[in-house]
Amino acid sequence: MSSLSASAATHGATTPEAGAPAIPVVVPHARAVLLLVSTAVIALAVYYFIGVDQGAVSVFGNDMHVHEFVHDARHFLGFPCH
Amino acid sequence: MVKRIIGRGLLAGAVAGLLAFAFARIFAEPQIDKAIAYESGRDAAQEALDKAAGLPPDMGGGPDLFSRTVQADVGLGVGMVFFGMAMGALFAVAYLLCLGRTGRLRARTLSVLVAGGGLLGFYVVPFLKYPANPPAIGHAETIQQRGSLYLVMVLCSVVFLAGAVWLGQRLQTRFGNWNATLLGAAAYVVAIGIVMALLPSLGDLSDNVRLYGHHATETPLPLTDPRGHIVYPGFPADVLFGFRLFSVLAQLVLWGAIGLVFAPMAQRLLQPAPAGARPKEASPGAGSAPDPVTT
Repeated sequence: MSSLSASAATHGATTPEAGAPAIPVVVPHARAVLLLVSTAVIALAVYYFIGVDQGAVSVFGNDMHVHEFVHDARHFLGFPCH
Repeated sequence: MVKRIIGRGLLAGAVAGLLAFAFARIFAEPQIDKAIAYESGRDAAQEALDKAAGLPPDMGGGPDLFSRTVQADVGLGVGMVFFGMAMGALFAVAYLLCLGRTGRLRARTLSVLVAGGGLLGFYVVPFLKYPANPPAIGHAETIQQRGSLYLVMVLCSVVFLAGAVWLGQRLQTRFGNWNATLLGAAAYVVAIGIVMALLPSLGDLSDNVRLYGHHATETPLPLTDPRGHIVYPGFPADVLFGFRLFSVLAQLVLWGAIGLVFAPMAQRLLQPAPAGARPKEASPGAGSAPDPVTT
């Protein structure tokens, strides 16, 4: 809630000092951006573990527990398997 | 607001994943069982052939780490729900990026549109080139290439889709909504069509050509003995069709549920109806709807 209401002030609300043009926001909504990026990264990590890990590439070496556990979901969600 | 939207996306994704799991448990598992039965039968037939030819028995196939029951109930459920939540989170991120940049679309309409984009970008378009396969289809030798090719397909389709939306918006001032949308869609079709034409068919991968000869896909053909008699049939066409059909339908359920569950929550959050008054559609004063997010 608060993350955007703070940034809401960046639009339009210019308080020009005498003569000097206002410096635009260079990194807008920094907190919101951080939140969006971290959400996307975590979501993609989950996507990776369900769909890819221990198939083509593996972060746990030669172990097949993740692969075998989500085996049916992986096939059914359209990922290549085996 | 960002947190609330993401939370609602996760919730919608979890609900959608549960629904998709129920669908998969009822419709997909029988097909998967048939495919596994085919695979076992084929392995046995192959073993008999090898034995007759005096070849050493193939000790392939890893140990069964989980029983079929666990895979079909718990594994499938966990997989579908977590997948749904991951997609719900990405959906929420895309939705947030769209907010305030899509003219006078209502919050709930945007929800359905973004979910449609997710369905198209993450599943349907990659499926056109590399469709989902049940167990027993897919050679172990090519998993690396198949995995990479599939991800390239997903990446291109999602990125191009975002690009097409951006392009459509750029063209909107010149050509109007309708034509700009058509132009964006056409650009998407052309771009993804080129990628599809460039990527190889699975049957054309070098390992497959070397081991199995020239075929379009990896779907198992009939197994023959040295004299050319068929000792085991090819993969049953009806099982393959059923599996793929249900796979597509499950994604429709998943993305449909994400879009429709999220829609009313977003509507209430972003464009709440003023107390007492029923929401009247767009009074002539353009841009009348309050837009608390983008201001």
